Amino acid sequence: MNKKVIEIRDLSFSYNGHTVLENVNLTVSSGDFLAVLGPNGGGKTTLIKILLGILPFTKGKVSVLDRKPGNAAHRIGYVPQNIAISDKFPINVLDVVVMGRLGFLGRFKKYTSSDYSMALQALKQVDMSDYRNHLISNLSGGQRQRVLIARSLACDPEILFLDEPTASIDQPFHSKLYELLFELNQAGKTIVVISHDLSILSIHAKSVACVNTNLYFHDSSEIGPEMLEKVYNCPVELVAHGPVPHRVLKHHN
Amino acid sequence: MFEVLQYEFMRNALLAGLLVSIACGIIGSLVVVNRIVFISGGIAHASYGGIGLAFFAGFSPYLGAAMAALISALIMGIVSRGKKHRTDTVIGVIWAVGMSAGIVLIDLTPGYNVDLMSYLFGSILMVPMYSLWAMAGMNLVIFLLIFLFYKDFLAMSFDEEFALAMGVPVGPLYFLLLTMVAITVVMTIQVVGLILVIALLTIPSYLAEKYTTSLKAMMTWALILSIVFTQSGIWLSYYLNLSTGAVIVLVAAVFFCISGLIPKNVLSGQS
Repeated sequence: MNKKVIEIRDLSFSYNGHTVLENVNLTVSSGDFLAVLGPNGGGKTTLIKILLGILPFTKGKVSVLDRKPGNAAHRIGYVPQNIAISDKFPINVLDVVVMGRLGFLGRFKKYTSSDYSMALQALKQVDMSDYRNHLISNLSGGQRQRVLIARSLACDPEILFLDEPTASIDQPFHSKLYELLFELNQAGKTIVVISHDLSILSIHAKSVACVNTNLYFHDSSEIGPEMLEKVYNCPVELVAHGPVPHRVLKHHN
Repeated sequence: MFEVLQYEFMRNALLAGLLVSIACGIIGSLVVVNRIVFISGGIAHASYGGIGLAFFAGFSPYLGAAMAALISALIMGIVSRGKKHRTDTVIGVIWAVGMSAGIVLIDLTPGYNVDLMSYLFGSILMVPMYSLWAMAGMNLVIFLLIFLFYKDFLAMSFDEEFALAMGVPVGPLYFLLLTMVAITVVMTIQVVGLILVIALLTIPSYLAEKYTTSLKAMMTWALILSIVFTQSGIWLSYYLNLSTGAVIVLVAAVFFCISGLIPKNVLSGQS
């Protein structure tokens, strides 16, 4: 439980001269369920892409599973934010999901039947196994999102990164996804999820990171019944449709 | 009909069409799904600079074309990976500058060169035996590279960032792809010329993509269609006494138009 799986020290990142992240420090322990909140353009997606090794950084130290970002690919799952799939790309659902096995295989190897059976297993977890031979371009937005979630699960990851996973998903699957994430977390997986959806906090999140150029971390000791209150202390605009509508703009300190 | 096959030039032409089709089918499919048609056009035209240099300095024009194609592929790769703005503009500039450099270098070369047009529109009826061997060698290299890195190219083409997160060396693969495009372009210049290269890279792949459900099948069908277009184009141009490269492209264009009338679902069997 206490093993550190993600460590960020004094990370700063700028893009085209524009500061996106500044002096970010974060430690995530194994088995955590971290919700990453913050306004659009606040740097949430950038932070995750740095952790995944997609964006190279120069200032600060980052380690994921005790390695440099991008060097633990076989132990990590990733659900990107609505990728633009070409309407024509000739690929079926199973061939998309099996790409989740890429980190395991490395180069010069072909997918084996066990890779395909793990991919199929992952498709079952999101109720999409009936669609395995369908062209991905023929699926609806919500169905595609489920396939991408299955792809991230195909390598049985130790850490699962999800970037707005509920953005294009249909309502019935919404709660099913949270249930699935909860089960995975119970099974010992670390979950890092970017979300605008506050219901994920009230149900499952064990800790919260608010990202708006800087990062404010609220760990499990702070999070209990008063969790939402803590979250609302972040300098971000949060709008929730719940029993009570919220719109809070407060500053730290 | 087949008595014409006793001529070496006709046998070589048909064989050249076949060999070029293999490269165009495989690499053309990757060009289409990675949306680098414009870069490929740039590489083809910039290679003219190398042809000009070869005439001026007195070495093999295809060696010159290959050098210029590889160098421009490298520059365009750096520019397009750099994620800077106006990538397409820079590619357009390289396209035009390469071409212009070629024309000026040929102007500066003493004596008028009559077979200049053959590089612009192809010279498939004059393909020597050693060129066929070179084409076969280049095909073998392309085939091996695609065989080795198929799943990685597929992952990169489908979702580049996910591929990166999964440890796929996307940067090197992208440059490898542009290198293979450059090789394919130089081969294809002999058959249809540098101005028409883009047609053989894109039309068969576009048609194949519409009716297939995997990249592998797309490559295979693009290759087959490309063979059909080149072989029928060569025969037609022989009997009609027309320019071979242009006839090949027009045959492809006829199929391109017909496919507009056949909906996607008919052949792939999906709704």
